[in-house]
Amino acid sequence: MSTKSNSPAAPEEFDPSRRSFLGSAAAAAGVALAPGVFLYGVGAANPADARGLDEAASGNVRWGILIDLNRCDSGCTECVTACSKENGLQGHGRPATDAQWIRKVDVRDPATGHSQSLPMMCQHCADPPCVDVCPTGASFKRADGIVLVDKHTCIGCRYCMSACPYKARSFVHEALEDQKTHAPRGKGTVESCTMCVHRIDDDRQPACVEACNDTGGGAMLFGDLNDPESEISKRVAKYATQQIRSDLGLDPGVRYQGL
Amino acid sequence: MTGRRNSMVMAAIALTTMIGMALVANALEEESAASRVPYPDIATGDGDTCVEDTDFMRRYHMTVLMHQRDDTMLKGIRSKQHSLKECIDCHAVPGEDSIPVTVENPKHFCRSCHDYAAVNIDCFDCHASRPEQDLLAKADEK
Repeated sequence: MSTKSNSPAAPEEFDPSRRSFLGSAAAAAGVALAPGVFLYGVGAANPADARGLDEAASGNVRWGILIDLNRCDSGCTECVTACSKENGLQGHGRPATDAQWIRKVDVRDPATGHSQSLPMMCQHCADPPCVDVCPTGASFKRADGIVLVDKHTCIGCRYCMSACPYKARSFVHEALEDQKTHAPRGKGTVESCTMCVHRIDDDRQPACVEACNDTGGGAMLFGDLNDPESEISKRVAKYATQQIRSDLGLDPGVRYQGL
Repeated sequence: MTGRRNSMVMAAIALTTMIGMALVANALEEESAASRVPYPDIATGDGDTCVEDTDFMRRYHMTVLMHQRDDTMLKGIRSKQHSLKECIDCHAVPGEDSIPVTVENPKHFCRSCHDYAAVNIDCFDCHASRPEQDLLAKADEK
């Protein structure tokens, strides 16, 4: 099969989104074997669509969440509620130690009195300090940028909890039962936001993002930061967005707009 | 006197041997049904066959599960063939209230055999030991 680049005379049955992907892939890599047959980047246009159950997460993808604080109300906790429900997080009436994967934080500028509310969870850093310090390799970053705890190897030392500048991780102090099938949790291990990895693998959005858009202020946007055609990439290219504690150089995958 | 006693002993030995052989033959015939060795009472799963041969699963189920565990956890591979969730769904044992039992119940599929083999498993410290949709249905009824 000879190598040739994608020509403008592509067959008409391609829909526009696929077409634009073909164009960008050809421009970037130029490894079209024939119209519609590519060596590289099949997963780049809409990776979740392209990924089957038996395929590993792709390193071409970097999942991220953009949160528009102009739409995030102080009193709204839809994302927190949705997270607890989705992952079966139950409190024991002990706020200091109860598991908390996402929380609402109210911040106020003392100089001007201007206050804002923002959801805070695992920021899914590109260079996560929790992974650096983990003595067993239980804390790890998946190929697509999601930072997780492998509870099979977690010994519960909580070093990662100390290392995380976002206070994103929780330790399970109590024996649990009837956990969610997709979110196994157990006493003696550390856990945090998984960006609803089970939903992402199923081509769905994280529960917090879905709830925010359904019943909340519509502040959250989930997508692939590596795909220039994705909505989130266009938004972060167009508007000024911030990573919290960007001075640490951790390159979080969660970005805030209007902070 | 001695000769008579000897013949009686021989007769007793012969009788015992015959009874013994009969018992052994009987035991071999009914090995699976009523053996002298107690077998665990294992519930059968849904469908005709497991995802692999029964003999293979008996010996290697943990290897298979461990492999799948790492694939799913580290790489996000969620194929169903060897997933623990599918095991739990298929091998659910209904309790007296027809709701699948948890591993707390000795009739639980995994536990029935692991109790017998005296092998401790800690899967269910974290993983749900019964199908989830049934819990949801139960919650809806209330």
